[in-house]
Amino acid sequence: MKKVFLSVIGFALICRLNVHAQTIDSLQSKPAPSLYTPVDEPEKRSYDPRQLHVDEVDLVSSYYSQNGDHSAITGGIGSERVTDLSNGLNLKLVWGNPDYKKNTLDLGMGYDYHTAASQAWVSKTGASKTWGNRLYPSIDYTVENPTLRNTFGFGAYYSGEYNYHSLGADIHFSQKTANKNGEFTAKLQAFFDRVTLIYPSEFVPQPTTTTTGGGTVITTASGNTVTLGEGDHVKRNIPTSPRNTFDASFGYSQIISPRLQIMFLADVVGQSGYLGLPFHRVYYNTGKDTIEKLPSNRFKLPLGFRANYFLGDNIILRAYYRYYQDSWGVKSNTAGIEVPVKLSPFFSISPFYRYYDQTAARYFAPYEAHSPTDPYYTSNYEYSKFNANFYGVGVRIVPQNGVFGWQNFHDLEIRYGHYTQTTGLVSDVVSFSLGFK
Amino acid sequence: MTNKLLKVAGCVLLIIGASSCVQVKEYQKNRLNDAEMVLGNRKVEKNELNFESYREAASGANAGKTGGGCGCN
Repeated sequence: MKKVFLSVIGFALICRLNVHAQTIDSLQSKPAPSLYTPVDEPEKRSYDPRQLHVDEVDLVSSYYSQNGDHSAITGGIGSERVTDLSNGLNLKLVWGNPDYKKNTLDLGMGYDYHTAASQAWVSKTGASKTWGNRLYPSIDYTVENPTLRNTFGFGAYYSGEYNYHSLGADIHFSQKTANKNGEFTAKLQAFFDRVTLIYPSEFVPQPTTTTTGGGTVITTASGNTVTLGEGDHVKRNIPTSPRNTFDASFGYSQIISPRLQIMFLADVVGQSGYLGLPFHRVYYNTGKDTIEKLPSNRFKLPLGFRANYFLGDNIILRAYYRYYQDSWGVKSNTAGIEVPVKLSPFFSISPFYRYYDQTAARYFAPYEAHSPTDPYYTSNYEYSKFNANFYGVGVRIVPQNGVFGWQNFHDLEIRYGHYTQTTGLVSDVVSFSLGFK
Repeated sequence: MTNKLLKVAGCVLLIIGASSCVQVKEYQKNRLNDAEMVLGNRKVEKNELNFESYREAASGANAGKTGGGCGCN
């Protein structure tokens, strides 16, 4: 009985102590014992998501190698051997507005170096240089309004190489539906290009010089007449010709289910100006050669469809189809499938296949098949009837701690593809994309 | 050509009409938000799109080039 009495008193005492242990004062003064170590009051954060910051830096490099036997420079015969090393750097800057709009500025710079065996034959003797460079900077500004679920922006680009200069600009807009399951996009683009009229050597107009009482009169290769005094020199400028392209691109994407989303794409493209290239030869069925001649207008209508489906937990199906038709008589189908397989959350491997076919443009004929009476003529096999297969594989690595343990090196993609045309053209391309955040 | 355009327009309206009944909530979009599910080209494809547009007569409707640049060689 004594033991029972002492036990009850002891239990009551423990209970009373516990009750005191639960008072607010004691909770505030003494933290409860725990393995969790409470974090001190956070310091005032120096990072403000609205401040201008570099959001992403991307570096994309490719090596392209091609061979074939239908060069347009030599009239549809001859080597099409080309190599191209391409490098592009993109910098994405982001900042916010007090009204929660998000601003994005994309700055890009690209540089290509190529070699082309056929380029030597712009000169009849094969003495022209076989290499060239291209530089192409770009800029794009976009503002996103999350309240209205839309974006608006504009961009500009330039591409310059020895015989071709292009200046482009665009404005773009997108609007999500109220439930954010659909999105409409529109982009209006314009390119103002200049084609330098470098003719095959046998067609280069020669300047003429006549001497009159007032001085020396020179009619240049471009047809300009210049009168020179004693000691003056004339600089030989190669004339250029304009080529303009206007493109209206529209897209609508829709989420169909938690695993499926689709997109419709349509472009309306109009081109005018010098649409051939001045150093492309055409050989008539008489054996005589001339310079490619194509209409000065072209209207293109491509219609595309994309569908992406998440199959199970690790496999994604990415499908694409495009129908294309233009005013030169080309009709084309493109179908592609890519199947990224996620071997882990940070590593995926993506085999892909693309099929392409086209009918010939009505102005195409092979070597020595054109008649001198044809109004337009080209032996560029880009406009011939053919089909093509392109297949390869890509690898994408996005480690949690950054590529090679470098936290800022966010992702790495490597992709190889092999391309064949029924014209005999074969090419290989290997590309690398490095993403930094 | 007109018939084809009408068929495509019909398909668009049909799918948009059918899909308007389905609403996928934000918390159901974890798979749709996966980087591989983006309805567009990969960054690494950029130069592939360029050479395709130079070697083939067709271009456009793929967010690739429709103009600008020569591709002369």
